[in-house]
Amino acid sequence: MSVVQDLPTPGGARGMRTRASAFGGRHRSLSITLGMALVAAVLPVLAGVPPFSSFQPQAAWIDGFTNAGVFVLLALGLNIVVGVAGLLDLGYAAFFAIGSYAYAYAASPFGNQILGINVQAALGDAAGLVFWPMLAIGALVAALFGVLLGAPTLRLRGDYLAIVTLGFGEIVPIVFLNSDAVTNGTNGIGGIYRPYLPGFGAYSATNPWPYYITTVAVVTLVLILCYRLVESRIGRAWEAIREDELAAAANGINTVTTKLLAFALGASTAGIAGVLNTAKLTVVSPDQFTFVISFTVLAMVVLGGMGNFWGVAVGAFVIYTINNVVLKSLNQFFQSVGVPILKDIDFLQLQFLLYGLALVAMMLLRPEGLFPNSRRTRELHADVVPVEEDAEGEAAAGGAAGGAGEGGR
Amino acid sequence: MTAPATSAEAPPARSLSGPAAQLAVQLALVAAVLAGAFAVLGPEQFINALTLGSIYALIAIGYTMVYGIIELINFAHGDVFMVGTFVSLALLGTLGFTAAVHDPLLLVVLLAGDFLVTMILLGVVGVVIERTAYRPLRTAPRLAPLITAIGVSFILQNLVQGVPPYFGYGPYATNAPQIFPTDAFLRVGGTNVPVLSLLILAVALGLMITLQLFVGRTRIGRSMRSTALDRDAAALMGVNINRTIAITFFIGSALAGAAGVTYGLQYGVTRFDLGFQAGLKAFTAAVLGGIGNTIGAALGGFIIGFIEVGAAAMGQARWGPAIVFGALVVVLVFRPAGLLGQQVGERA
Repeated sequence: MSVVQDLPTPGGARGMRTRASAFGGRHRSLSITLGMALVAAVLPVLAGVPPFSSFQPQAAWIDGFTNAGVFVLLALGLNIVVGVAGLLDLGYAAFFAIGSYAYAYAASPFGNQILGINVQAALGDAAGLVFWPMLAIGALVAALFGVLLGAPTLRLRGDYLAIVTLGFGEIVPIVFLNSDAVTNGTNGIGGIYRPYLPGFGAYSATNPWPYYITTVAVVTLVLILCYRLVESRIGRAWEAIREDELAAAANGINTVTTKLLAFALGASTAGIAGVLNTAKLTVVSPDQFTFVISFTVLAMVVLGGMGNFWGVAVGAFVIYTINNVVLKSLNQFFQSVGVPILKDIDFLQLQFLLYGLALVAMMLLRPEGLFPNSRRTRELHADVVPVEEDAEGEAAAGGAAGGAGEGGR
Repeated sequence: MTAPATSAEAPPARSLSGPAAQLAVQLALVAAVLAGAFAVLGPEQFINALTLGSIYALIAIGYTMVYGIIELINFAHGDVFMVGTFVSLALLGTLGFTAAVHDPLLLVVLLAGDFLVTMILLGVVGVVIERTAYRPLRTAPRLAPLITAIGVSFILQNLVQGVPPYFGYGPYATNAPQIFPTDAFLRVGGTNVPVLSLLILAVALGLMITLQLFVGRTRIGRSMRSTALDRDAAALMGVNINRTIAITFFIGSALAGAAGVTYGLQYGVTRFDLGFQAGLKAFTAAVLGGIGNTIGAALGGFIIGFIEVGAAAMGQARWGPAIVFGALVVVLVFRPAGLLGQQVGERA
């Protein structure tokens, strides 16, 4: 409590915030867990009451939240690469694809046949148990490909790296599409087993809850790991490379292995997201991993506030929900209101137009993102944020995030 | 004012041999690639590849110019090309031409008008995009304009797609009027060479040479080069930076418009999502040749045309894009500045 007493606490609210932030600083993992539990508990309640319940039924909301969780994972992983280490990756969907196919090979009759194993015969009805080890294996496989791509290309700087990753992101789906014998081409791999956990509710298409809870748990775990990593020696090395690679190297950081690590960890998060997503969809095909995915995740990272994990998570959640719920519900909305011309227009067709407009508008209004990393804000607005008030601003931001903020940095 | 400027570009001692020799080496490399492709593909496929390569090259120049001057990967550029195909077909459709025109005089007038109007319109579109989506973000973090670029790309695609009963062409393939007869051939050494291919090649080469002269010899060209080299120093020397960047966007987009017209004439069909893949490949061409280098963009465009046509000729068209991007990765790993690019010092 000494930290709290040292700081000026003029108002009660501010005192509370400071205390919450001090707690968050010392018990980071616990506060993230509590924050995520709170969010996970509040979201279904919100989805069940008007006005949200008028958009779609609660079960559909929960399903949507689960999908949004997959994108939160992707955004967290890309944030390590782009936001923290400053390496622009435009082909991130490739690792998502690799994680997805990894699970498809381990957990479908078609994939098992290719691999020469038979999960169904070994586990019977409990074949879905394979999901749990695959979360780790999918991450490992994706990380391996991250290293494979990174090793020759990471000495490229800035935009050239971006272009190479863009090329990689295009090649991977093409390979999955054209290697018919082992990937079943356009049709993809179907009949993928749903996860199974003894004593837990059945994972099914009609019951969104088990997936929801699993996703929340995975996101929480990844979020904790991200924060731990960024506050470690490796995280500081990433930030040093982002700010000035030459200076970082001069200070004894092995830039090649550090950058490779960022690439591998970013890729592994996408791998986990892929396993989760495929286990939910039970089918995987090459057209799920287009450039639009890579780009949408990048937009989530930039709009959320690069380098700031909780900001990125919120950004991902907001963009996914706007794009997949709000824009899709506009038809229903205008039909119920009965505006003459608007009700005849199919807004589903205009979804991407509105999405594009929203991206441009948000970027023009807040180029540094909705919840910018405090260090970046200081760089961009050195004249606006006085130094002595900076710690207070961070504390407020940390408190607002339900204790999952970044008061320590 | 002219004397110090030229001496700054090329030191007097090397003024005769330097740039001229460099140009000669670059052109020789282009010739070598063309000869190699001719030997591998055979005359007919060579012509196809050259035609496709010309279109990629015209788009690639826009990427190269914009990247050279503001270091932005203008992801909307491929979609500007796509809009070009639609503007051209709308223009010809409105005038009532849907089939081949056989009256030579009318054809020339039509083509000239089509190119001119499409290029000017697209140039204006480019300037508007720059003004609204990129200029406000010129001092913002580097990724911000990249996001708006892709946002603009979505907007252009969906404006063209539209909402069919009211406006737009819908998500379907739309026929572009092939007003130039596609069955006109010129017999060259035992091979039937389509006249249309020659026309497209001539248009592309003509525009490239004009651009090269414009950038190298005019006052505006000089301000473009100085802005690309050092924006602040150029501003201090009295260069109007905003105007120069706007002109760059105008020229780049106009060339993409010309590419759109030629694409419609050659392939006779277009779709709202044509721009994404074409833009990606054209950007690859720009990087492959060396960003900021017009001859490099042409070289890269031709190489990609050859790879694609070659893959199709071997019955492996579906692997074409993978080979293109694979080649890009290999070239960048071994020669990060591209084939004709100069190795420059790192910018902070």
